[in-house]
Amino acid sequence: MRQRNYGPWYSAPQGLWLTLFFAAPLFIIIVYSFLKKGLYGGVEPGFSLAAWHALGGGTLLAVALRTLLVSLVATSITILIALPASYSIARSSNQSLRLFLIIVPFWTNFLVRVYAWIAILGSEGFLNDALRWLGILSTPAQFLYNQGTVVLVLVYMYLPYAILPLFSTIEKFDFTLLEAARDLGASRLTAIVRILLPNIRGGIVTAVLFTFIPIFGAYAVPLLVGGKDAYMLGNIIADQVTKTRNWPLAASISMAVTLITGIGALVYAYTSSRPAAPQVDDAEDDLDYIIQAEALP
Amino acid sequence: MLGSNVSISGLSKSFGDFKALKDVSLEIKKGEFFSLLGPSGCGKTTLLRLIAGFEDPDSGLVSIDGRDVTGLPPDKRRCNTVFQSYALFPHLTVFENVAFPLRIRKTPGKKVRELVKRHLDLVQLEKHADKKPSQLSGGQKQRVAIARALINEPSVLLLDEPLSALDAKLRQHMLVELDSIHDEVGITFIYVTHDQAEALSVSDRIAVMDGGKILQVGSPQDIYENPKAEFVARFIGDTNLFSGKVVSFSNGISLVQDERIGAIKVEAGNEAPEGSWVSVAVRPEKIRISLAPPAEAGPLGNVVKGMVDEPIYSGFQSKYYVRTPGGGHLVVFRQHAQWSEGVPDIKWKDEVWLSWSARDAVVVEASGTSIAPVVSGDSLDE
Ligand SMILES: Nc1ncnc2c1ncn2[C@@H]1O[C@H](COP(=O)(O)OP(=O)(O)OP(=O)(O)O)[C@@H](O)[C@H]1O
Ligand SMILES: [Mg+2]
Repeated sequence: MRQRNYGPWYSAPQGLWLTLFFAAPLFIIIVYSFLKKGLYGGVEPGFSLAAWHALGGGTLLAVALRTLLVSLVATSITILIALPASYSIARSSNQSLRLFLIIVPFWTNFLVRVYAWIAILGSEGFLNDALRWLGILSTPAQFLYNQGTVVLVLVYMYLPYAILPLFSTIEKFDFTLLEAARDLGASRLTAIVRILLPNIRGGIVTAVLFTFIPIFGAYAVPLLVGGKDAYMLGNIIADQVTKTRNWPLAASISMAVTLITGIGALVYAYTSSRPAAPQVDDAEDDLDYIIQAEALP
Repeated sequence: MLGSNVSISGLSKSFGDFKALKDVSLEIKKGEFFSLLGPSGCGKTTLLRLIAGFEDPDSGLVSIDGRDVTGLPPDKRRCNTVFQSYALFPHLTVFENVAFPLRIRKTPGKKVRELVKRHLDLVQLEKHADKKPSQLSGGQKQRVAIARALINEPSVLLLDEPLSALDAKLRQHMLVELDSIHDEVGITFIYVTHDQAEALSVSDRIAVMDGGKILQVGSPQDIYENPKAEFVARFIGDTNLFSGKVVSFSNGISLVQDERIGAIKVEAGNEAPEGSWVSVAVRPEKIRISLAPPAEAGPLGNVVKGMVDEPIYSGFQSKYYVRTPGGGHLVVFRQHAQWSEGVPDIKWKDEVWLSWSARDAVVVEASGTSIAPVVSGDSLDE
């Protein structure tokens, strides 16, 4: 009797889910980017490459570069903080408490957390109050609405996404390897750079992807704490949809963003996957060795 | 101390409330194969980690080659460690693992190749230089770890139960190999093990540890033939322990009254004067077992009658558990040295005679006060 393979049927819900919420919207966006723009938003039937030509425009390119720069800087800072943080969590004796504290902010809505930063940094905010109370400032300073604040809040928002994957790889790391490295003459820093980092590469790659991709598409943070000069691609897209009402252009920018992050993800995934080393049969090999050694004069 | 390679004095270490090492002192000579032997949890690894510098002592000093290294980090000490789990770097090849210490010191490439080759030759791994650790067998990993630890030309090599992850046959083989590597490189080996057979077979000297303390330091023969504590006698090999009061002492022979076995003659010096309580050990292979009473006991002879509780045949020898009428248990080995056709076999429930010389009994512990006697002999449920 032949066993029928029901596998594809069992996985059907996943396929359906992906089609409905991922492939179909993507397809619609691709199609929109090649249509004519409607007068009051929306699209009109008829093929047009106008939206794709518009991508080369000066302001758009400037915003794209700024987005890339902000994303790179914010991701780097996030990883630099997340590495020692997750290392210390992995080595501490109360891991679950510390992990819990990392996750707690997730219980608050994303926007509420952004507004919390406004409450801290705003001209009537806690920071200004504190500095004036200490006599360091006499008039309120403006901490909001610049690139630095955007980076700060982005780092805050995405830090947990970097810490969690890093923690889970560092936790699996065998710390006697660090002791071995120290024993063999490496300083503390050398041991970490030459032994720890290469062995947690997978976790670092995941952490970079988990932070870079959402930051590259950031919308709310630059909008709320960044102001007009800190606009990122996400804001441009939103403006094209809601204000300028150039839907094909919004679609083509979206596609460009998706392509860039997608290529980045693929390159990373490719470089981080190493072919698994073939295993040898332990016992047999050792036996060979004994036999060889015993045959020696 | 002059000529000593590793010198440890008054070393103590606690983890929280738990005292893992209590005032340990040791002198290890240059080039010695020195073993730390003791049961699980007795503090062997802790002592090794203090020597290596992974841990700092609460009090006491460690010096290597006459230099006080207490408080120095591991990379500033002239000793290297072979870890129980090997601790090979999984992302590096065998070659790069062994070369690691040289790369740290920025040794020129030509020198690196030369040194690594020599050390891979030493452990017979030339052919595996390009493999990753995951492609190696247990014994091969072990040898990479040894080569890597030796390439710095340390003054002391620390080995923490290096063979415990290997199967019995390979363990035996690696032990011989370790011994020959020791002969070849000529540096001090400090070897941690809980396997007494391993320690006895390769060590120049052994320190027996229990409960964070060193109970006895001596050559394998010393430790085996002259245990200075009941624990040492019990831990190394099989043993029969008697205890009781010394009822008389003359001509270097003490008569010890064990309540289950009776009066036992022991050759002793002044460590067991009349009236003291002593523990006495007799090794099972020193006792003769026969179905007929021995011809003549003589002034040094001990003779005890008993019944075989359990005979265990193991080819080259048999092991007998014998119970005496007084409720004592003794264990006896009999070598099957020659073809013994015609000699009656000793079987279960047979009545037997045990005899041994007062010379083969040693006083392991003595005290002037009256302490309660311990259960004598080895019991079946060991
Ligand atoms: N970092 C630590 N924290 C708390 N307790 C520890 C620590 N290291 C060791 N100990 C305790 O100290 C005691 C001695 O440990 P150690 O590892 O030295 O034993 P060992 O003789 O090497 O035993 P084994 O043969 O099982 O390896 C043990 O009871 C252990 O629980
Ligand atoms: Mg140990």
